Amino acid sequence: MSVDRRQFLKLAGLGGVVFASGLARGADPYASAADEFFFVQLSDTHIGFQGAPNPDPLGTLPKAIAAVNALETQPDFIVFTGDLTHTTDDPKERRRRLAQFKDMIGAFKNRNIRFMPGEHDGSLDRSDAFKESFGETHYTFDHKGVHFIVLDNVSDPRAMVGEQQLDWMRQDLAKQDKNARIVVLTHRPLFPLYPQWDWATRDGDKAIELLMPYRNVTVFYGHIHQEHHFKTAHIEHHAAKGLMFPLPAPGAAPKREPLKWDPEHPYRGLGFREVEAEKDEYKLAEFPVVKA
Amino acid sequence: MKRRAFVLGGIGAALSGAGAWALAQPKEQVVKIVARKFTFLPNTVTLKKGVPAVLEFTAPEVVMGFNAPDLKIRADIVPGEVARVRFTPDKAGTFDYVCDIFCGDGHERMGGKIRVI
Repeated sequence: MSVDRRQFLKLAGLGGVVFASGLARGADPYASAADEFFFVQLSDTHIGFQGAPNPDPLGTLPKAIAAVNALETQPDFIVFTGDLTHTTDDPKERRRRLAQFKDMIGAFKNRNIRFMPGEHDGSLDRSDAFKESFGETHYTFDHKGVHFIVLDNVSDPRAMVGEQQLDWMRQDLAKQDKNARIVVLTHRPLFPLYPQWDWATRDGDKAIELLMPYRNVTVFYGHIHQEHHFKTAHIEHHAAKGLMFPLPAPGAAPKREPLKWDPEHPYRGLGFREVEAEKDEYKLAEFPVVKA
Repeated sequence: MKRRAFVLGGIGAALSGAGAWALAQPKEQVVKIVARKFTFLPNTVTLKKGVPAVLEFTAPEVVMGFNAPDLKIRADIVPGEVARVRFTPDKAGTFDYVCDIFCGDGHERMGGKIRVI
């Protein structure tokens, strides 16, 4: 299923904001080898959260699913970049919340869905409960000329990728051409976005160092409950909005606390993203949970 | 002989200088902090600028983290051990710190401030 640019812009016109993200140009055999396609990124659904910042805690994800299902063209696949559930110290309740999430996403038309844990899902039990429902926490897959690497920077409660996973990543990257199109999907920012609020990965610099020799690398992540775009050298990092409550911009508030629900603009700050992989760039379109 | 005396004299002067420097150092500030679910006690610490400080952390329940990025100091706090952070505050101000090891459902509220005056 290929989506041409005109069709994509039409989709984005349904309420999204388009952000173009260029890849390295030049003599790039992988650019012409890759087919165009798009996927949808959803993040930080925090099923189990209860509180004033979202008076519709179990209705928000279904609304986002309905919005994805209503797209004129269905994405090639869907990815959830962590914090599927809100944390709980009770292992039974954690499993119940994960099961509830899994039940809810059964409503997607598209069943090709990729997952990874956030610290709320996996940091208290090294992702044991997550693995029971969703499998491995780090893996790779290839799709239409793009190599995807799912990195786990939460199962270690110290917010670390860890030497073992870095070795695995090193071995995987060694098989890739330096011009290969690589997308990293992860939960926390790999760069120190705002360590004062724990918005970082302690050894993220090591992962970025491994990625640096590769010319076409883009990272999509969650964790910070807002759209954010940043570059470390030539590597782009794009954070997605969440689906439970938005958080303040880095350092913009005294504390890292959810923004207040605005009854005049319900679901404001929540949303999902489409990522269209074109031959030489990614086009990002941000969508609200409900149309304004 | 004259030369040796001169050299020894030089060393003696240097040692004497070092001793004077050591004696002139202000006393270390030692602060004990307990990291519990989900608070640091005390969670606001006041230190004097230019005076060497030692923060002594204990965590009676689970592994905790202490991270004050603006002061470039951090530590893992392991139950049964004392984690010591030694530094000399060189700038005045109020600096936030957080627990940076996910410790439970109140983790994200767990933090405090270091005031340097």
